[in-house]
Amino acid sequence: MGGKEIGVRSDVFFTFYFLLSTFYFLFSGESMIKKRVVLTFPKEIVEQPITCHLIKDYDLIVNILSAKVNPNEEGRLVVEIGGQREKLAGGMDYLKGLGVSIQPLAQDVRWNEAKCVHCTACIPICPSDTLSVNREQMRVSFDSERCIVCGLCLKACPYQAVEILF
Amino acid sequence: MVKTIAQINERIKKGEVVVVTAEEIIGLVDKKGVKQAAKEVDVVTTATFGPMCSSEVYFNFGHSKPKIKAQKVWLNNVPAHAGLAAVDVFLGATEIPENDPANSIYLGAFKYGGGHIIEELVAGKDIRLKAISYGTDCYPRKELDTWINIEDLNEAVLFNPRNCYQNYNVAVNLSNTVIYTYMGVLQPGLGNANYCSAGQLSPLLNDPLYLTIGMGTRIFLGGGVGYIVWQGTQHNPNVARTDKGIPKSPAGTLAVLGDLKQINPEWLRGVSMTGYGVTLAVGIGVPIPILNEEICQYTAVKDEEIYTQVIDYSEAYPQGKPGSLAEVNYAQLKSGKIIVRNKEVPTGGLSSYAKAREIADILKEWIRKGEFLLTEPVQKLPSVDSKIRLKALKER
Repeated sequence: MGGKEIGVRSDVFFTFYFLLSTFYFLFSGESMIKKRVVLTFPKEIVEQPITCHLIKDYDLIVNILSAKVNPNEEGRLVVEIGGQREKLAGGMDYLKGLGVSIQPLAQDVRWNEAKCVHCTACIPICPSDTLSVNREQMRVSFDSERCIVCGLCLKACPYQAVEILF
Repeated sequence: MVKTIAQINERIKKGEVVVVTAEEIIGLVDKKGVKQAAKEVDVVTTATFGPMCSSEVYFNFGHSKPKIKAQKVWLNNVPAHAGLAAVDVFLGATEIPENDPANSIYLGAFKYGGGHIIEELVAGKDIRLKAISYGTDCYPRKELDTWINIEDLNEAVLFNPRNCYQNYNVAVNLSNTVIYTYMGVLQPGLGNANYCSAGQLSPLLNDPLYLTIGMGTRIFLGGGVGYIVWQGTQHNPNVARTDKGIPKSPAGTLAVLGDLKQINPEWLRGVSMTGYGVTLAVGIGVPIPILNEEICQYTAVKDEEIYTQVIDYSEAYPQGKPGSLAEVNYAQLKSGKIIVRNKEVPTGGLSSYAKAREIADILKEWIRKGEFLLTEPVQKLPSVDSKIRLKALKER
């Protein structure tokens, strides 16, 4: 079991990406869209430079939020992909053609508030501040927009309040 | 200004009682001084909600026809202890299912066990009961496989031989791999620090020398009424304390008991600790009668005055080695970060302060409405004048 899991969290990277996409939007004169998705790669194609093709051939900005890629194992990337609408659609078709499954991120992680007791055990574990605590009330909340599906909270939550559905 | 519990109960019955929570008394003492606060306030409510191992239920499931002397019992495939009588059963919160791989297939998930069954029983769910026996003339049956429900049980009692720890360690990990402990997931190299106490709301931290909390004290237990029946196991009053008497490491504990049928699953939850096991989270609220200024002063304790020790759970704790990496207070812990070895370490709780706050408020309302009277302890808990010393095992 040599699986290596990498959680990427870099404010600098985010800021840089944000600026870059803003400039792109301003100068291209076309509408930029971006979405966060979970890409699952069959093990047969996991060694191909697919992300590179997405960037070079479709002119997309790919921000890897979390990755688990090993030889001869099904791979998983959580990415934010931005670009022109048509090119993004082309990139997605390219991925589907290779057999990569694409799932929107927000649907995959569920926080069951009724199960949460607001103990805050998840707070230091969550790398993206998806789970955060209001220090006045000492109550936990979940912002699915920030989630990078790293799965660390699943092991940290003693009340099984978080579920990942893939 | 000296009051008695009997006088306070009279005020409760007349609807004149003044009750505040252990948070509210802090501001009151700050504003009016302890003398005036002790005069005005009759009761301070304290509370805690967190995983409390050493919790169990016992119940009597009634005789079948023909009768069985249950020798071994399983509840939803989780072993329960039946070596008490014929149809009395004892289920521990940390028991895991019969064929659970536990940590033999690392990392054990421990999604289900005794604590979860207790929660399900309380929630009114049917539980499968299997029993086997050797058969006797008076109890001829050898096998039983049926369903039980809390409503049909003769007695169902929550009994916790050690709850409500007076202060607790802060757990960190100095090693270079993730460790999975009863204090939660601990990231390597001081990646996080987990604590487990309600601090300024916690019962025994508001009565540090056990002046009012003792055997027979009536309490809020899991949403119902329960009692303190003894000091808890590992009760250890003689630890280092601050000049205000607050222990600086785990000290006193309580054994509590109450009717499981009164309990609400909101305040009793099964707990799964990855790589460690299962247990039960219990909500407890304890009223402190303000009999004099000294007691009032104790209840005004603040998070920043309660200190505890940061312990390495990768080496020092499992090997039983002494040594604290740092002494921190609960104001720092609740701020979300502490400093250990010059490193800023993010903190996480296991005890829910939000739930403790709710319980303190509920108990306040019960007393205010005259639904809950205080009791006089029939015996005090052993305190700092006792000869108790916590002993480690001497292997022979």
